[in-house]
Amino acid sequence: MECVMGVVGRDFAVVAADTSAVQSILVHKTDEDKVMVLDSHKLMGASGEPGDRVQFTEYIQKNLHLYQFRNTIPLSTAATANFTRGELATALRKNPYMVNVILGGYDKDAGASLYYIDYIATLHKIDKGAFGYGSYFCLSLMDKLYHPDMTVEEAVDLIDKCIKEIRLRLVVAPQNFVIKIVDKNGAREYARRDLVGDNASVDAATTVTA
Amino acid sequence: MVGKNCFAIASDRRLGVQLQTIATDFQRVFKIHDKLYIGLSGLGTDAQTLYQRLVFRHKLYQLREERDMKPETFASLVSAILYEKRFGPYFCQPVIAGLGEDNEPFICTMDCIGAKELAKDFVVSGTASESLYGACESMYKPNMEPEELFETVSQALMSSVDRDCLSGWGGYVLIV
Repeated sequence: MECVMGVVGRDFAVVAADTSAVQSILVHKTDEDKVMVLDSHKLMGASGEPGDRVQFTEYIQKNLHLYQFRNTIPLSTAATANFTRGELATALRKNPYMVNVILGGYDKDAGASLYYIDYIATLHKIDKGAFGYGSYFCLSLMDKLYHPDMTVEEAVDLIDKCIKEIRLRLVVAPQNFVIKIVDKNGAREYARRDLVGDNASVDAATTVTA
Repeated sequence: MVGKNCFAIASDRRLGVQLQTIATDFQRVFKIHDKLYIGLSGLGTDAQTLYQRLVFRHKLYQLREERDMKPETFASLVSAILYEKRFGPYFCQPVIAGLGEDNEPFICTMDCIGAKELAKDFVVSGTASESLYGACESMYKPNMEPEELFETVSQALMSSVDRDCLSGWGGYVLIV
């Protein structure tokens, strides 16, 4: 039910996720932020067991900050991805974290990069990826519409098409999404796509838009 | 697959979760040193973990012995590391290929708990292993030169993975 997706463009990476917090048949909240800003130039979109998701992403964030305090330089995106995978792999055969992660980051030398890390610690560098039931719809859309070196508008348009498809075709689909971007200027929230809740526009439910 | 003073090691490139394909550029064949390669089929996370552990052990060996590991030694190391986890195994089936002394090719495979299987001609592993056995058996000839070996391995790989829905999406062939 939870969806996280990511796309790499020209010198930026976009990570988007739904913002629903669901337990059984109840939607607790529709503005749960699942894309954590790890540091100035990294985003970690996570989906999975709610407690594990928050605990694990905060754990990674704090360790990243610790590294920066100790060594005065931030960890690269690739190193962060491998560190995350290491933590998941170590915990896997003891007390696994049921968290799937899309890690997006920008480094001055490597440019923008995106990493797919699933809950059993499979790490792979990707250009486009998605987790959850939404991925069944998103991945093929991305295969068709993605091309390397997209602009921000094109990438967000691709994400919007994915969101539209999820809303339309997934039973019990999440309604609201958050889109965050990371580029040379840093990691920040780019947009929200709200159909329900306090921040949704008044006529959102009566118009079919992205 | 073994050739004349050379070997080939090949893999497909699919990374999938059951029926869903995640990526088509996943690396499954890893270098240990210039004349020793290991291919790890099975669970992606265990392939990555196992590869990291083996590189670590080989680097330590290089520091202590001041030389590269022989393929036979490395195969025994892999077997031991896999059997350590006998009752909680790594879900990987390795294929090891290397050139020993005098550039004599060495290949072997093992199951996920380290039962070594040496061969003189070819070894296979993975979800398409039965297809691969058939294809390799029919296409293999002893003492092939590198160019012919490459053709043989490529054709065997492609025809086998085409009959397996969980394998494919590209191939990677390395000749040493």
